[in-house]
Amino acid sequence: MPEIKVTPLGAGQDVGRSCILVSIAGKNVMLDCGMHMGYNDDRRFPDFSYITQNGRLTDFLDCVIISHFHLDHCGALPYFSEMVGYDGPIYMTHPTKAICPILLEDYRKITVDKKGETNFFTSQMIKDCMKKVVAVHLHQTVQVDEELEIKAYYAGHVLGAAMFQIKVGCESVVYTGDYNMTPDRHLGAAWIDKCRPDLLISESTYATTIRDSKRCRERDFLKKVHETVERGGKVLIPVFALGRAQELCILLETFWERMNLKAPIYFSTGLTEKANHYYKLFITWTNQKIRKTFVQRNMFEFKHIKAFDRAFADNPGPMVVFATPGMLHAGQSLQIFRKWAGNEKNMVIMPGYCVQGTVGHKILSGQRKLEMEGRQILEVKMQVEYMSFSAHADAKGIMQLIRQAEPRNVLLVHGEAKKMEFLKQKIEQEFHVSCYMPANGETTTILTNPCIPVDISLGLLKRETAIGPSPDAKKPKLMHGTLLMKDNSFRLVSPEQALKELGLAEHQLRFTCRVHIQDPRKEHETGLRVYNHLKGILKDYSVQHLPDGSITVESILIQATAHSEDQGTKVLLVSWTYQDEELGSYLTSLLKKGLPQST
Amino acid sequence: QQQHEDLSTKKLRLTKPSKSAALHVDLCKATSPADALQYLLQFARKPVEVESVEGVVRILLEHYYKENDASVRLKIASLLGLLSKTAGFSPDCIMDDAINTLQNEKSHQVLAQLLDTLLVIGTKLPENPSVRMRLVEVACKHLTDSSHGVRNKCLQLIGCLGPVEKGVAKEAESQAAKDVQKIIGDHFNDQDPRVRTAAIKAMLQLHERGLKLQQAIYSQACKLLADDYEQVRSAAVQLIWVLSQLYPESIVPIPSSNEEIRLVDDAFGKICHMVSDGSWVVRVQAAKLLGSMQQVSSHFLEQTLDKKLMSDLRRKRTAHERAKELYSSGEFSSGRKWGDDAPKEEIDTGAVNLIESGACGAFVHGLEDEMYEVRIAAVEALCMLAQSSPSFAEKCLDFLVDMFNDEIEEVRLQSIHTMRKISNNITLREDQLDTVLAVLEDSSRDIREALHELLCCTNVSTKEGIHLALVELLKNLTKYPTDRESIWKCLKFLGSRHPTLVLPLVPELLSTHPFFDTPEPDMDDPAYIAVLVLIFNAAKSCPTMPALFSDHTFRHYAYLRDSLSHLVPPLRLPGRKLVSSAVSPSITPHEDPSQQFLHQSLERVYNFQHLDPQGIQELLEFTIRDLQRLGELQSELAGMADFTATYLQCQLLLIKALQEKLWNVAAPLYLKQNALASAAAKQILEETYKMEFMYSGVESRQVVIIHHMRLQAKALQLIVTARTTRGVEPLFGMCEKFLQEVDSFQRCFISELPHMQGSFVDKLLDLMPRLVTSKPSEVVKILQTTLRQSTFLHLPLPEQLHRATANIIEPTGESDNPLRFTSGLVVALDVDATLEHVQDPQGTVKVQVLYPDGQAQLIHPKPADFRNPGPGRHRLITQVYLSHTAWTEPCQIEVQLLLAYNSNKSKASTRIPKSTWNESLEALPPSENGIEGTIPFSKPVKVYIMPKPARR
Repeated sequence: MPEIKVTPLGAGQDVGRSCILVSIAGKNVMLDCGMHMGYNDDRRFPDFSYITQNGRLTDFLDCVIISHFHLDHCGALPYFSEMVGYDGPIYMTHPTKAICPILLEDYRKITVDKKGETNFFTSQMIKDCMKKVVAVHLHQTVQVDEELEIKAYYAGHVLGAAMFQIKVGCESVVYTGDYNMTPDRHLGAAWIDKCRPDLLISESTYATTIRDSKRCRERDFLKKVHETVERGGKVLIPVFALGRAQELCILLETFWERMNLKAPIYFSTGLTEKANHYYKLFITWTNQKIRKTFVQRNMFEFKHIKAFDRAFADNPGPMVVFATPGMLHAGQSLQIFRKWAGNEKNMVIMPGYCVQGTVGHKILSGQRKLEMEGRQILEVKMQVEYMSFSAHADAKGIMQLIRQAEPRNVLLVHGEAKKMEFLKQKIEQEFHVSCYMPANGETTTILTNPCIPVDISLGLLKRETAIGPSPDAKKPKLMHGTLLMKDNSFRLVSPEQALKELGLAEHQLRFTCRVHIQDPRKEHETGLRVYNHLKGILKDYSVQHLPDGSITVESILIQATAHSEDQGTKVLLVSWTYQDEELGSYLTSLLKKGLPQST
Repeated sequence: QQQHEDLSTKKLRLTKPSKSAALHVDLCKATSPADALQYLLQFARKPVEVESVEGVVRILLEHYYKENDASVRLKIASLLGLLSKTAGFSPDCIMDDAINTLQNEKSHQVLAQLLDTLLVIGTKLPENPSVRMRLVEVACKHLTDSSHGVRNKCLQLIGCLGPVEKGVAKEAESQAAKDVQKIIGDHFNDQDPRVRTAAIKAMLQLHERGLKLQQAIYSQACKLLADDYEQVRSAAVQLIWVLSQLYPESIVPIPSSNEEIRLVDDAFGKICHMVSDGSWVVRVQAAKLLGSMQQVSSHFLEQTLDKKLMSDLRRKRTAHERAKELYSSGEFSSGRKWGDDAPKEEIDTGAVNLIESGACGAFVHGLEDEMYEVRIAAVEALCMLAQSSPSFAEKCLDFLVDMFNDEIEEVRLQSIHTMRKISNNITLREDQLDTVLAVLEDSSRDIREALHELLCCTNVSTKEGIHLALVELLKNLTKYPTDRESIWKCLKFLGSRHPTLVLPLVPELLSTHPFFDTPEPDMDDPAYIAVLVLIFNAAKSCPTMPALFSDHTFRHYAYLRDSLSHLVPPLRLPGRKLVSSAVSPSITPHEDPSQQFLHQSLERVYNFQHLDPQGIQELLEFTIRDLQRLGELQSELAGMADFTATYLQCQLLLIKALQEKLWNVAAPLYLKQNALASAAAKQILEETYKMEFMYSGVESRQVVIIHHMRLQAKALQLIVTARTTRGVEPLFGMCEKFLQEVDSFQRCFISELPHMQGSFVDKLLDLMPRLVTSKPSEVVKILQTTLRQSTFLHLPLPEQLHRATANIIEPTGESDNPLRFTSGLVVALDVDATLEHVQDPQGTVKVQVLYPDGQAQLIHPKPADFRNPGPGRHRLITQVYLSHTAWTEPCQIEVQLLLAYNSNKSKASTRIPKSTWNESLEALPPSENGIEGTIPFSKPVKVYIMPKPARR
């Protein structure tokens, strides 16, 4: 039986370090190549030695696919391609290809320059790595080699995020990456056609959550910002540079536009600015509203949002500032926070999750007095708000995607084991497909039942379909033909042609059967009776009475002879070729029942 | 005129040799199939007259049998269809031939086309069941064809022509009276999605034609919902909906369990499921249909709004639920507590259904959809369901309120309208009101106005709510001062709906103090007026309220009652002798005093016959003044008052012009007299046009009087000209023309003539035989005496009369910055105007631009530029293109709205043909354009522009 093997090197029952190996029909594909946020040692990258101990990875992998630019999906890429060594193709979408190096460079800077690590990939390595990347378009079928093809679908989540279908022959796997089934202010919802893959590898971050409508959260967010600004307060929104920041920018920008507000909005320069540039370029990847209005105005050409300068923080009057990093642990956001924390008119809105130990986490858990470096005590008087804007599919969304794609098997990654367990059970129960959730390093084998395409000669096809078109054309249909397996190709041809091609002589196979009937009459009378009887029953067939007394039903021959010993018994000889087996055996059984007593 | 052309061309064609013969010759000449095709194509461009259709068909058919090329046969087949559509031609004579052609046809495309032709023939013969039966039989025969196109057409044919009444079918046919439904149903499983779609469509077609579909189809249709193709799913959703309306109460089993539910509930669940389909076309379809499933049980309905939130396997309350709880417990929203949305109870993992929960959260999904088309459809559906179920209305409120923040304006607007429609069923909570009011700051005027309309009919539960609404409306007022009228109106209704809630707020709103006198607020402040409007309207049904007013409030009441009478109701104020409130209620409690006043003054005028000319003039002048004043005060009566005032004005002018003294003066003074009389005649003409076209609700009774007045004006004109011009020649023409007019007046209003005893026209018609024969000078003399002797006609007033008004909001005309543009190029000027009581604004409203050099430009706005926010109201948002040669300094141009009219066409009720967007007024040949004249009906707005010379 052919099989598909899946081994997560990362993201198996875990979030972070996404890296999944798939072998399908002799091809090996690596899906994502991410790093783990939680570790600073070797564990932060996937263990590529699993693939091969010695020898280059290029020989073992046919291609690498990156779903989107988040570091937990692409962070290990330069390490993998340049330091471990991989020269094969790397596939990602155009926006991912554009934004990915910026993030990698940023990540490198923080690790090398700030933390002072050595033995880390260099800027040059990032550049070299990006040279190996092949960019793909949505719904474009890319032939990796003659058999392996991949195709990207829109996934929402972040700009350029894609789901990938990997297909070899009739077997296929869909890898979702991270995706979002509800649209947000700048991106649309994930969508896939009914591609019926053998296996769907889905993320399951929110396996046990069904989320509330996004509108309430947006409304709350806007209301809070609006109220604070109207009071004359300042709003600080610490964000990660990419993704949510753009969504919130669009949200505030349109709100400002709608409500005719005048208070300035700033975002801290650096990463965001560069990224905004790409958001402007890749309009086709955004949602309906932005795509429709961009003829008049590109929504990312912000009218109200300006670049932030350090000096602005001391300006009087209301303002809104987006600043990095998102957890308030360092950098500009922390500086601004310290300046503004003392005034109760101000507000800080945390739009995402904060790791324990960061200032963000502390203030969210209600701490009002913070000890800063240098033994300073900072009293937080400003309002602290939490708004969760997350772009992963919730349990309902995951189920919806499964319903759309109709896979034969589902495999869950990128989530916590306990939560996956619940979702797995639900999937099995509601779709009646088997569901897997391997841990890191654990291999799951899925048996597939691929269909094998066979060429049929046109003549045969026409001949066979011409025999009574069945009303139920969708049902499988019985066909007579000869399967020829020759030179690694399959062909279905008519028996005559097969004989001719193989140089074989045709043999006839005939079944004969004798049926005894008690009938005192003469032979030809018996024959006539049999003829009348059959004619009465088999209305749709051509039943003929030949001059020599024998009867033919289609090509079946029936002869009546007197029994050599007992003249009262007549022997009916029924003879048919094996092609007519069905009709032949039916006839014999019919005759065995005897003739009707009348006449 | 066009009709004439048609007729003449037709005559010409009939003299030509028959078209069929020409075609025959052409086709015989054709050497190759391509040639023949060309001939046919040319032939198809011209229509064929009814008489020769049959001949042409015969020739085509003859050629059809000879033709070997499939494409030519295809064209012939399609031509047959076209020809059978010819009006007046009965295609039953060619039916047999058409059916015969099917027999030997091999090409699938041609077959499909032939079936299409048969369909046309069949639809042309609705009264002939046997023909239909035959066609259906033919179609059934071809259902087994291997081409999808042929099967498609067959199904379409069966759907359109299949027998609808079962009884007839049984009698007419024995074996072929197969159940049409079954035949179509068999093709639900066809291998081609297009055929499947066609089958479902055919089924729907049968339903539309009145056949009751069998319930057995339901299960088949449900299977089709999971089809791979969106057209099939979309059609299947419709079919399910139809079935659910046909058999709402039947019971269907739930698969994989022993339970049974009503069919309509099951169908509802299934359609809800389709709201999260992969294709947005299907989603829109499903969301739309949900709205019309009103029989669904409330238990199912309410599920659509509940997504059953959970977080980490623990049940979570939605933000809506939390908000509700906060308010019902009387606590204020903190919103600041970290984790106040923390999930509470544990969920039994087995009981959670993630996907098969049917209706669960369908609307939540629909309202969150990516495509705004789906969202709008969902909002509409919500609206329809909420209108029929008050409890559902209450529940969906939160969701609708959320939609007020949608990113697409259309969706926001739609949800505001929806909310207004269901507002009878709901009371807004304070937090909801808060969200609703936040939208008041929206920069779109449409949205704000829609919201004002909504607030007019909302119920608010607390006095804080009222206060909040007032504060927000005042904020809106300061931000967008142009919203003034709309806000006042909104507060009027808010006040009259919630008198008891306003009562405790009064001291605060009026800032009165028990001990100190507070300064008197500025009476011209729109915000203060807004507050007073709210309070006075509340006081109407709350007699204790006036006790809280301070002195100046009463004075302000008197002032506002006078100046803004449509917003301030009459109040019964204790100890105050206000004239209007003291007198009117006692005399006629039922009739409005101002209405009465109007009638009284009119009656007085109509009885003036006995007065001397001087007295008549004075009386008229006074009455006109009174009426004009009344119109300003009472907006409801403004139309009526203006209309009558205009009429009286005409009469006054006529009387003045006819004054004996003037006509008797010596020749040298003719000039002066002439100027006065001709000016009067001209003005009367203008006024009559205004009366006829500027008022909506004018009935034919009034039209007669108006036309009569116009006739008088024309007579006056004739007299004046006769007296001033020398020579008789020009007079002949004029007299003749005038007599023609009289004649046409008689023809148009013959039914009204009995009511016009003693009037000008009545007398004129008596003298008609004499007039026709007499010389012009005689005619003039007669006219003059009749004019003077004729009586003044009463103007009956219609029930409702409104004067068309327009108000240009933008440009405001206040800008000092000239609009600079390069001469020779165009600049677009945004024009935003509100129109009231304009009938057919698309056809009649024009924008006029008047340049300083006197050049006028008339612009016809596109029909799409007009919006209809409410009955009788329109809003024109358009762009006007300006251009001019270079000026040395900026200058002002005038922009004005005009009402175009055409007195000839007004009766015939034909629309004025649209012409190109921009034509200068002078160049208009009135007969062609259909515009006879224009009436300015808005104040001109000045725009400062500066065309700069082009730089070289």
